[in-house]
Amino acid sequence: MAEEHAALVAEQFDDQLQQYQTATLGMWIFLATEILFFGGLFAAYTIYRYQYLPAFEIGSHHLSVLWGGTNTAVLICSSLTMAMAVRCAQLGKKKPLIAFLFVTLIFGFLFLLIKFGEEWRHEYLEGLAPGVNFTYHGPHAVHVELFMFFYFFMTGLHALHMIVGCGIMITLIILASRNYFQEKFNAVEIAGLYWHFVDIVWIFLYPLLYLIGGRFPH
Amino acid sequence: MGTASAATLPGSGEEFHLHYLNVKHGLKAWLLTTDHKRIAWLYFFTTTFFFIVGGLAATFMRLNLISPQGALVEPETYNKLFTIHGTIMIFFFLAPAVPTVLGNFLIPMMVGARDVAFPKLNLLSWYIFITAGAIFLYSVISGGVDTGWTFYTPLSTMYLNTHVLSAAMAVFISGFSSILTGMNFIVTIHKMRAPGLTWFRLPLFIWSMYAASLIFVLAMPVIAITMALVMIERIFHVGIFDPALGGDPVLFQHLFWFFGHPEVYILILPSMGVISELMAAFSRRRVFGYGFVAFSSFAIGLISFIVWGHHMFVSSESAYAGIFFSAMSMAVAIPSAVKVFNWIATMYKGSVSFEAPMLFALGFIGLFTIGGLTGVFLASMGLDIFLHDTYFVVAHFHYIMVGGAIMGYLGGLHYWWPKMTGKMYPDYWARISALIIFVGFNLTFGPQFLLGVLGEPRRYATYPPNFQFLNIMSSAGASILAVGYLLPFIYFIWSAKYGAPAGPNPWGARGLEWETASPPPVHNFDVTPVVTHEAYDYEAVSETVAVS
Repeated sequence: MAEEHAALVAEQFDDQLQQYQTATLGMWIFLATEILFFGGLFAAYTIYRYQYLPAFEIGSHHLSVLWGGTNTAVLICSSLTMAMAVRCAQLGKKKPLIAFLFVTLIFGFLFLLIKFGEEWRHEYLEGLAPGVNFTYHGPHAVHVELFMFFYFFMTGLHALHMIVGCGIMITLIILASRNYFQEKFNAVEIAGLYWHFVDIVWIFLYPLLYLIGGRFPH
Repeated sequence: MGTASAATLPGSGEEFHLHYLNVKHGLKAWLLTTDHKRIAWLYFFTTTFFFIVGGLAATFMRLNLISPQGALVEPETYNKLFTIHGTIMIFFFLAPAVPTVLGNFLIPMMVGARDVAFPKLNLLSWYIFITAGAIFLYSVISGGVDTGWTFYTPLSTMYLNTHVLSAAMAVFISGFSSILTGMNFIVTIHKMRAPGLTWFRLPLFIWSMYAASLIFVLAMPVIAITMALVMIERIFHVGIFDPALGGDPVLFQHLFWFFGHPEVYILILPSMGVISELMAAFSRRRVFGYGFVAFSSFAIGLISFIVWGHHMFVSSESAYAGIFFSAMSMAVAIPSAVKVFNWIATMYKGSVSFEAPMLFALGFIGLFTIGGLTGVFLASMGLDIFLHDTYFVVAHFHYIMVGGAIMGYLGGLHYWWPKMTGKMYPDYWARISALIIFVGFNLTFGPQFLLGVLGEPRRYATYPPNFQFLNIMSSAGASILAVGYLLPFIYFIWSAKYGAPAGPNPWGARGLEWETASPPPVHNFDVTPVVTHEAYDYEAVSETVAVS
């Protein structure tokens, strides 16, 4: 009995509740760090957009609203399946847990596939990749390049978080198949916090990058 | 992992006492440890190493400035020296020193916990730290970098062919180490407190560390992303900060100082926490105005995020923004003064004794007050136009960072050294060291106030001959300061081998960390303590009782 207890609760904690609350608080603080991490970029974006609005609108019009919108839908669906996975973990239902984690992972892969395989590839071939292949010579070329840089850097940083998230999903699936979560469901919950955060970042990125400049006339 | 030590009488001489230092031996037991006390030592050795490197760079700078034409090195080398000095002292010594050495060792003990909340992340943060340090040393050895610690663009991105990339990489990585440390501390303070240890029974060191940890968590990601942008601009030549390519160099200054100014409060807040502990312990009194001192830490942390613009009074900032940042910068003086006055009031009618840690604490109060008041000069826009980028600024922030932060660190090291090692050091020599440092410090940086008012700009290898007298005084003071810093190295090493056993509570202090053996057992307390009094309960109980 005592050994069972020791396996579930790390030695620095008194009980499972303390361990659970500690891990959750740790993830929330990590997310606060992440907000400031992206926040520097959002601040820089805001300032340059204020200064060079016409160039930013031209740049935005070169992005694919269709694929960006599709990816937004993909991520919102993945948030739903992630929430379902957390619920299953809390209820101790192993098979649906693995299923929902797997679907979330597939959504994650789909997002990355569209992002890199379709959008980035397309923009690179069009000559819109700053510093690598930038051949746009229309009006405001210098600041269109600046916009495209922010597009690539911010979506790239977001995609990096998605890749980490997919890695976490794979880990969770393996652990779940080994019955790890019968007692320790909070690992799924904490991974869920991270996953939802990354989704929310995209909810801000999508309108700021794809939808500026009155592309759809009234 | 080891069980708690057997019922031994701490400090009873020859009897074998199992504690965190002798429970396991060998390099592997140290490099793979998750014990917060051992990680504190890992940090102690690495940050001390960086202190020596940064100090050597400063030594060469002061030697060079003995002569107006530059006595020792070429101007290019001088630029590299002050970059090494600034970057190492800020990112690899001052910012980590108090939190990762004293904080790591003491926070779990002060809250009555067995360890920090995330021991493995704690070790990981050390590995990230030494990786960052190694990369910076690589950039130094492979030819150096001459941007100054601020990496201002477009100098850092367009004009320099030195090793900016690796230096920026080092700063980028070191940020993550600090983030992990801050996160760990916040969660530990929230969730790991022993039964009965309410927020207002906590030592003020904990409150300061909490405020500093918040800044770690919220400011470090901004410098990380800013350094990433600098690296990308250098590699891909996209114009984020370069005006020729459509960017704006002032944006870099805003992003940098949005991190940079909270950063300087990271340096001073933990030391302020140390001073609160020392004042109470050596005045035998509860810290006067506990609540005010506790919340002034948060006020400093909060205001620190809205003062960054005072670094840009002369770089294209509007007058209205300037007025705001000027007012906010002056407002920092209020919580800082609350602390200073409360410390002084703590001594009033206390039974003050003057052991070495107290001398460091008193030195802190004097030097920090000078540094803080000159900061108010610099916060006023009209005056700053004349003093900006002169030696006055150099003197001001050294009074805060060296006179404040390092004095606090040394005071804390002397105070908790018996707890960390179980050995006493020679108090006489420690008091001598505190006095030498105080005198040497004032001789080094006092003349720099005058040089700044006379108009000597900072960061030049040469200067007009009429400034030579004050520069020689400053260099002479630096050599005295160096002796003061050398002494603790000698007697600390001596005491680790020959020092008398300290016993659990050599100062008769009331904090939780003094209720366990010195050195503490692996899990800090044999039995989880139940706290019934606050950390400064000197009036109520005259004698400490070990909980176990």
